[in-house]
Amino acid sequence: MNEKQVHIHIDHLTMAYGSNLIQKDLDFDIYRGDVFVIMGGSGCGKSTLLKHMIGLYPPSTGEILYEGESFNQANEQRQFEMRRGWGITYQTGGLFSAMTLAQNTALPLQQYTELSAAEIDDIVAYKLALVGLGGYQDYYPSEISGGMQKRAGLARAIALDPEILFFDEPSAGLDPISSQLLDELILEMQESLGATVIIVTHELASIFAIASNSVFLDAETKTMIDYGDPKVLRQQSEHEKVRKFLARGSTPSGDPA
Amino acid sequence: MPESQPPRFTLEQDGQLLKLSGDWTIEQDCPTFSALREQLSQVQPAAIACDTAALGEWDSALPAFLLQCHNYCSDSGIDFDTSALPEGASSLLKLATAVKPHKPPEEKPLSLAEMLDFRHRLEDAWEVVRDHLEFIGDATIALGKLLAGRANTRREDFLTFIHQSGPDAFGIVTLTAFLVGMILAYLGAAQLAQFGAQIYVADLVTIGMLREMGALMVAVVMAGRTGAAYAAQLGTMQTREEIDAIVTLGISPMEFLVLPRMVALVLIMPLLVLYANVVGIFGGAIVAAGLDVTLTQFSQQMTKVISFAHLGTGLLKSVFFGLLIAIAGCRAGIQCGRSSAAVGEAATKAVVTSIVYLIVADAAFNILFQELGI
Repeated sequence: MNEKQVHIHIDHLTMAYGSNLIQKDLDFDIYRGDVFVIMGGSGCGKSTLLKHMIGLYPPSTGEILYEGESFNQANEQRQFEMRRGWGITYQTGGLFSAMTLAQNTALPLQQYTELSAAEIDDIVAYKLALVGLGGYQDYYPSEISGGMQKRAGLARAIALDPEILFFDEPSAGLDPISSQLLDELILEMQESLGATVIIVTHELASIFAIASNSVFLDAETKTMIDYGDPKVLRQQSEHEKVRKFLARGSTPSGDPA
Repeated sequence: MPESQPPRFTLEQDGQLLKLSGDWTIEQDCPTFSALREQLSQVQPAAIACDTAALGEWDSALPAFLLQCHNYCSDSGIDFDTSALPEGASSLLKLATAVKPHKPPEEKPLSLAEMLDFRHRLEDAWEVVRDHLEFIGDATIALGKLLAGRANTRREDFLTFIHQSGPDAFGIVTLTAFLVGMILAYLGAAQLAQFGAQIYVADLVTIGMLREMGALMVAVVMAGRTGAAYAAQLGTMQTREEIDAIVTLGISPMEFLVLPRMVALVLIMPLLVLYANVVGIFGGAIVAAGLDVTLTQFSQQMTKVISFAHLGTGLLKSVFFGLLIAIAGCRAGIQCGRSSAAVGEAATKAVVTSIVYLIVADAAFNILFQELGI
């Protein structure tokens, strides 16, 4: 089964807040097992696209199809089932500050499974160990560093062995080493779970290290202007904007993003 | 699709071989590690190998179990051989064990003597009192600067807070004051009717509203409304590092944030109380009209009893109440922790402290007025 299967299809999607158009006519496929990067300059609507994909905002027009099935058209029961297969990490962690890391990670397990408390404890210990946070069960998010919070967010996202992992700016605010470690962790998770990974980022180092496919959103024309493997796009994109965006990483004197 | 097999483990060859069978998925009722630990502690093998020939499907449930096993083995010096595990499972286990588990520092449980340490508690209580005094002191200094025209307070902020605590509160103040006036009238009418003295309902409502209920009810409403809002605003600013930014810009948070809120509330409170008094007396008059005291009789009686002393005591109280609510709200906000849960705590603390302050202050005022014969 070498032929790539379409996992998520974005079908002529237009996103808008009221009359304020964000992006129009987005139309592309995300294949199963891809590490797919949504890139573009600040304010082009990357995170908004992600929020549409995870069903927080309804599309203005168009559809987002998961294996041919629309999340927005589905009934409540079906949406619940579809959400079970998603793991999401948020830009600022999204950890519940009133709960310990163990309670944070246990929440999706309690929500979706019938596991006993002892079984949940074991799985939580394992998930936290996977992201390098073994033994931090009883810590509150405010007691650990920003990089650890991101990893704890990942532990919660992978609690249910998701089919699709969404990351909103995973390495924002991390030092290069931590951000590299997080990239490696994302790849490991992708391989071991066989998941499809969707990442919103503008960190070039990350993009080249992990992406297997990408889409470039343009803030001016308010639509996607390129689609493909970023390593290829860097050399061969028809759009100077895309090449420029991607080339900045190779010039060491360039400003940090 | 083959029928799913229940997940099982068996320990063979004197504990040297861990046989795993069935489907280890979280939908199944997987065995927990405690059962294996019991068996292991009985046989105490030197090394364990795995046999996964009969293992079916698996997900996180399997590595979660194996991780516990790994941790137990490394703690008790048993050699845990994972080479026979499915490739994915052993690489996941390797990843999970790459970083040594963090050992949280142990906290010594407090002894009874320590828990009952009254000196310590007194010191804590004194700390809180000192803290309040410090806050009030800082606020007073900032107020002095404001009066001298040297404070870093923005006019627009001040006007916003006037608007928030004044006109925006009109609806709720109208409702509560009107109902409180009615309640006073009903309360008095039932008793006074026994002596045929219904007309004195007017005295009761007027004096009750002016001296006591007007100020107290408005203060309680404002404590819940504005005091909590102040705490939540400042608390959120604290979590988003906005207060840090203000301090490092060389601006005093006391002048920039606390002062406009405090002054706005202190100025607005007497006006709201004045308004609440009118509405409350009107509410009382309507109830009285239903109990055979006409509006004319009521107003005649009211003008007889109304006096500057009654009005003044209420207004004086309201100024102090406004000050206390602002202090409780702003102090809770400024001292808020840096998490979203802390913002909620700050808002709760603001309301609870203001109401305690209000009742204590009101009692003190009443004793004072009694002694002075006002």
